[in-house]
Amino acid sequence: MPARMNTKDIPLQARGLTKRFILHTQGGTEIPVFDGIDLKVASAECVCLHGPSGAGKSTLLRSLYANYKPDAGKILVQHDGSMVDLLAVEPWEVIEIRRRTIGYVSQFLHVIPRVPALNIVAAPAIMNGVDADTAYSAARTLLSRLRIPERLWSLAPATFSGGEQQRVNIARGFIVEYPVLLLDEPTASLDDANRLTVVELIDEAKVRGAAIVGIFHDGGVREAAADRLFEVGQPLVQKRLPNTAAEAAA
Amino acid sequence: MTAAAKVATRRILLDVRGVSKSYGGQVGCLDVSFALYPGEVLGIVGESGSGKSTLLACLAGRLAPDTGSIAYDTKERGLVDILSLSEPERRRLARTDWGIVHQNPRDGIRMDVSAGGNIGERPMSIGARHYGKIRAEAHEWLNKVEIDLARTDDKPRTFSGGMQQRLQIARNLVTRPRLVFMDEPTGGLDVSVQAKLLDVLRGLVHELGIAAIIVTHDLAVVRLLADRLMVMQRGRVIEEGLTDQVLDDPHQPYTQLLVSSVLQV
Repeated sequence: MPARMNTKDIPLQARGLTKRFILHTQGGTEIPVFDGIDLKVASAECVCLHGPSGAGKSTLLRSLYANYKPDAGKILVQHDGSMVDLLAVEPWEVIEIRRRTIGYVSQFLHVIPRVPALNIVAAPAIMNGVDADTAYSAARTLLSRLRIPERLWSLAPATFSGGEQQRVNIARGFIVEYPVLLLDEPTASLDDANRLTVVELIDEAKVRGAAIVGIFHDGGVREAAADRLFEVGQPLVQKRLPNTAAEAAA
Repeated sequence: MTAAAKVATRRILLDVRGVSKSYGGQVGCLDVSFALYPGEVLGIVGESGSGKSTLLACLAGRLAPDTGSIAYDTKERGLVDILSLSEPERRRLARTDWGIVHQNPRDGIRMDVSAGGNIGERPMSIGARHYGKIRAEAHEWLNKVEIDLARTDDKPRTFSGGMQQRLQIARNLVTRPRLVFMDEPTGGLDVSVQAKLLDVLRGLVHELGIAAIIVTHDLAVVRLLADRLMVMQRGRVIEEGLTDQVLDDPHQPYTQLLVSSVLQV
């Protein structure tokens, strides 16, 4: 049940989040990823998910966006002034929450082919009711800051380099002032200057009060952007539940 | 903020409960239930013979299910079981509130009537009489679906498949239906044309706040267009949820097989 107290400055909270994959096409192999994760992210805070490759950082981040479906637990998001469990609401509500409250910058750009970069970046703002002129002007500002040459703005990003596509994706994620922002390795294929810009964008988002969760492999970015590290992965290996209990919990 | 942003709760637009249809001993669809909300785009995927087209035909009132109910939120009377409507009432509903986009544009447009005439037909059938206004509206819609205005008076049989499909969409959306049924809307089209059509379709659905039910076997189409997804196998809905969730984290064996079988290019 959504608790009312002490939630004012905790825009995002995970409780008892448990996730495993069952690969039916591969002999029903079961892959436990995490078990009973509790995470609170405060307003104006940036938490870095930390752990070795394969520890489940991306799975956790995707779960926080309801892109992956955890087997147990809650994801409480402050939306329209009340706490909503992202895992318990109707699909259209998740879409509303994603449109206005939770932004997500994925590692790779998934968009309709042949749509120009400028339109891709402006789209989330327009979907939030920002008038087209303002949205396009904000999109231009972000693309300039992220050093996407103006001659590319009217082109579809399919032919862009990996780094350029990632920057289009970042611009798209920062054009709306989401109260919660999830960043999946936003700087993985960027040069130093652009990494610095991303750190600036993260700082600006924090200043306006965003709660941010990110995966940053780059040590410099992690140092500059993250307020604390959240370890993912280790406890699961030690804390193996007997099968029956795990099944009961699921 | 848009109007949608202020809506805290939504009324159900289409309430489907326990719909089954079989052909003799052959199962079409089995015990399908779901609620569709205004502005929501629902994708239905599954292999050939999984029952998705049968289900769509039942939902659109073209086929009577054996059991179950299909209630639609009509403007005048609220939720009404469409199966209880008389034929004229259902036809009126289909003309004013619904749109149906067929896989083959030939089934949805009149090939011997000009493009402008195709678009003007629905407005005229519900009472539009002013020629200038009808023509202006036809132009507006040709623009929206990016068909050159110079082709307004041409017959669709001189159009390419992609143009015909866009014309069919314009013809359906001109009266601003609240619900559109689409059966493989990009099915017969060249891949290069599909992207354009998807972009046009997505823009219009968002701009007009139309709810849509799209049947397809193309997972890329639902990823780009649908908010929500139902996966059908042997007549039943075996998995459903947010589109990206079902595609990225499928739980059922069949859905996992479906998703993992897509060829990457």
